[in-house]
Amino acid sequence: MLAEALFFSAVLFAIGVFGVLIRRNAIIVFMCVELMLNAVNLSFVAFAQSYGATGQVFVFFVMTVAAAEAAVGLAIIIALFRHRPTVDLKNINLLKG
Amino acid sequence: MHSLLQAAAETAQATHPLSHTAAAWLWLVPLLPLLGFAINALLSIVAAYQPGPADPSAAHGEESHAGHGEGHDDAGKHEHHAVPRHRFAGLTSLVGPGVLILAFFVAVAIFFAMRAAGGGAMEHPLVQRYFSWMPVGDLQIDAAFQLDQLSMLMVLIVTGVGALIHVFSVGYMRDDPGYPRYFAYLNLFVFFMLLLVLGANYPLVFVGWEGVSLCSYLLIGFWFSDKANADAGKKAFVVNRVGDFGFLVAMFLLFANLGTLDFVGVGEAAKGLAVGGPVVTAICLFLFLGCAGKSAQIPLYIWLPDAMAGPTPVSALIHAATMVTAGVYLIARSAMLFSLAPVAELVVVLIGALTAIFAASIGLKQWDIKKVLAYSTVSQLGYMFIGVGSGAYVAGMFHLATHAFFKALLFLGSGSVIYAMHAAYHHTGNHDDAQDMRNMGGLRKYMPTTFILMWIATLAIAGIPPLAGFFSKDEILGSLFARAQGSTIAQAHLFGIPGTAWLYVAWVLGLSAALMTAVYMTRMMLYTFHGPNRTGEAERPHLAEAPWVMTGPLVVLAVLTVAGGWLNLPEFAPLGPVGGLDRWLEPVVGDATKRVIGGAPPVAPGLELGLVALAVLIAVVGIVIAVMRLKPATLVPKSRSPQEEGFEKVLVNKYYVDEIYDTAIVKPVVGTSRGLLWRGVDAGLIDGLGVNGAGYLTRFVGWVGSQFQSGQLGTYAWVLAIGVLAVLGAVTAR
Repeated sequence: MLAEALFFSAVLFAIGVFGVLIRRNAIIVFMCVELMLNAVNLSFVAFAQSYGATGQVFVFFVMTVAAAEAAVGLAIIIALFRHRPTVDLKNINLLKG
Repeated sequence: MHSLLQAAAETAQATHPLSHTAAAWLWLVPLLPLLGFAINALLSIVAAYQPGPADPSAAHGEESHAGHGEGHDDAGKHEHHAVPRHRFAGLTSLVGPGVLILAFFVAVAIFFAMRAAGGGAMEHPLVQRYFSWMPVGDLQIDAAFQLDQLSMLMVLIVTGVGALIHVFSVGYMRDDPGYPRYFAYLNLFVFFMLLLVLGANYPLVFVGWEGVSLCSYLLIGFWFSDKANADAGKKAFVVNRVGDFGFLVAMFLLFANLGTLDFVGVGEAAKGLAVGGPVVTAICLFLFLGCAGKSAQIPLYIWLPDAMAGPTPVSALIHAATMVTAGVYLIARSAMLFSLAPVAELVVVLIGALTAIFAASIGLKQWDIKKVLAYSTVSQLGYMFIGVGSGAYVAGMFHLATHAFFKALLFLGSGSVIYAMHAAYHHTGNHDDAQDMRNMGGLRKYMPTTFILMWIATLAIAGIPPLAGFFSKDEILGSLFARAQGSTIAQAHLFGIPGTAWLYVAWVLGLSAALMTAVYMTRMMLYTFHGPNRTGEAERPHLAEAPWVMTGPLVVLAVLTVAGGWLNLPEFAPLGPVGGLDRWLEPVVGDATKRVIGGAPPVAPGLELGLVALAVLIAVVGIVIAVMRLKPATLVPKSRSPQEEGFEKVLVNKYYVDEIYDTAIVKPVVGTSRGLLWRGVDAGLIDGLGVNGAGYLTRFVGWVGSQFQSGQLGTYAWVLAIGVLAVLGAVTAR
């Protein structure tokens, strides 16, 4: 059971990383980050089955932080879109040296 | 060991027979001129900041002197007529010479205390320690004065002749706008000179040595608004630094090898050194380099003739009587070292002899009255070095003393002449050269006192008995002759040639220089005072004798010039106490002199008399040649004089030594400094590669770093991912 859960978690995480790396739409990248978080949550829960409830406590923490992050992140993206009508990361490069 | 010695020395000092006499006031002697310097400097500064009715800047007249020959002494640099004196001139005239006269009286009191203490009691010098100056590990240097017979002699000369020259300056510099500044410098000079002769260790002497150099620089360039004067000061300063390098290296070597720099300590430690060893020879040669710089010997003599750009009393005090003789004093002071280094002694003798004849030959053809005297000084300094070099330390010091008298007299006399010439030219607004002998002539009618006094000095320097110069010069040449056989110097070898041969060569050179001395001095007198006057019709009625404040010191110096020989009469002329200076200086240089003489047999009385007769004959022949050959009547003023031809031209141009130095040393150094050091090293390497290079490198590294900051989130994410993979890979691979 643990092995399948970890495999599924790894696949989810890889998809998330892949999405962050190659997609250019800010919303999608954001969603991929969430996907990675949830992949990690899945691992925590799976391990919690064998090693006690500590992992589940962490999952709650991660979900809380992810919710807050989603609120802040989406607000930034909306503010950005209002400022310049695009969410394409290629065009958002103000932080260059 | 060292502290033990010091403790022993201190107990010895506490019981020194002089410790409770006037000698306790020794510190006052240099302090008085320092006080004078402080007061005069204050007056000078106050006057500069509060311009009064006699505002110095209002009385400045550089423009009116623009037509003068370069590098010349502009005596009494005054505006036409009605010159307001400096507002503090009265106070300065009191303080400036006053402190010197007081210092002289203190010195005389100390001298009599030494006399009263008796010869045996003065076997050891009185070292007065004031405070610890440089206590650094093994290097213990005290601010201490050493009073012994040698420093006493120098103190008497410096304060005595110095006081006379200060008094003379009151008249000579009367109308100068920088009157207090002049006396401030002159007082400061005397302070440093006394520090030089009283210092109980080499570093303290070096402080005085540098100090007199500074004052010399300040006084040569006293009229600095004329660039030639300022350049002359700079030249003196730079050339002296070359000599100082030698002095410094000698001190380093002394400390490294003997572990002490006190004269007493070095004297003790020197007893353990091998005669003629390489260390002591090196020390002496480096010391002599310092002396050659200060005392204007070949190859560093070139600054002294240029130093004549200063006021004439300065030339008399600093560049004839005292400062330039510091080198002679230093060698006599270091007799305990030089007597151990025959080869170094031989070098000193040869350089002295070469300088004596070289400078004398240049003096034969100079037209500037002060230049003649300048080369004469260089030449006479050569004699002194022959004396101290051949181990005849007393003879060298004797000549130093008599030379201080007659050369100061000659310089002050020439000052009177220049003063009169200047005043005459001044009345008519003529800008001709007041120092050129071709513009003088026949001055004996107008200034009879100066005429007589200067002839006395001329006969003295030429070596006519019984004047002072005869005895001292004869003693030097006699000692040199006596040491040519059997002495330690005669047994030394230089370039494979035995010292005996060298010493005889030096003796012949010295005699030839004596002949030339008689010739050029007579020539100077003939052109200045005899024959028809060439000053000019309009100027002639204004030629007049200098005021008494100037002729007074001349008379005193003339008395000393006549009587100076009594200091140290030879046995063949027992006109008074024989060998006074010999006995006086015996405790200081006696051992060293005996060591140099070694097995040299004394000169037979008959031969000695013959040598004396030869010297007198040479002097007389020189004067006769000059009188016979030179026709003052045929001279024409400078502006109408023809160019010299052939060898005369070489002499007039001083063997082109300045030009040779300029080409061989100055130009390459300046060229290297400009081309290589400035443009290459400084601008290219340090500024270009170092300073700007560091800036460029930082900017480049920053640029490279900034290229990673593309602002592209995707790129950052890739870098992050690859980094994580790399870390994971590294962790799992381990």
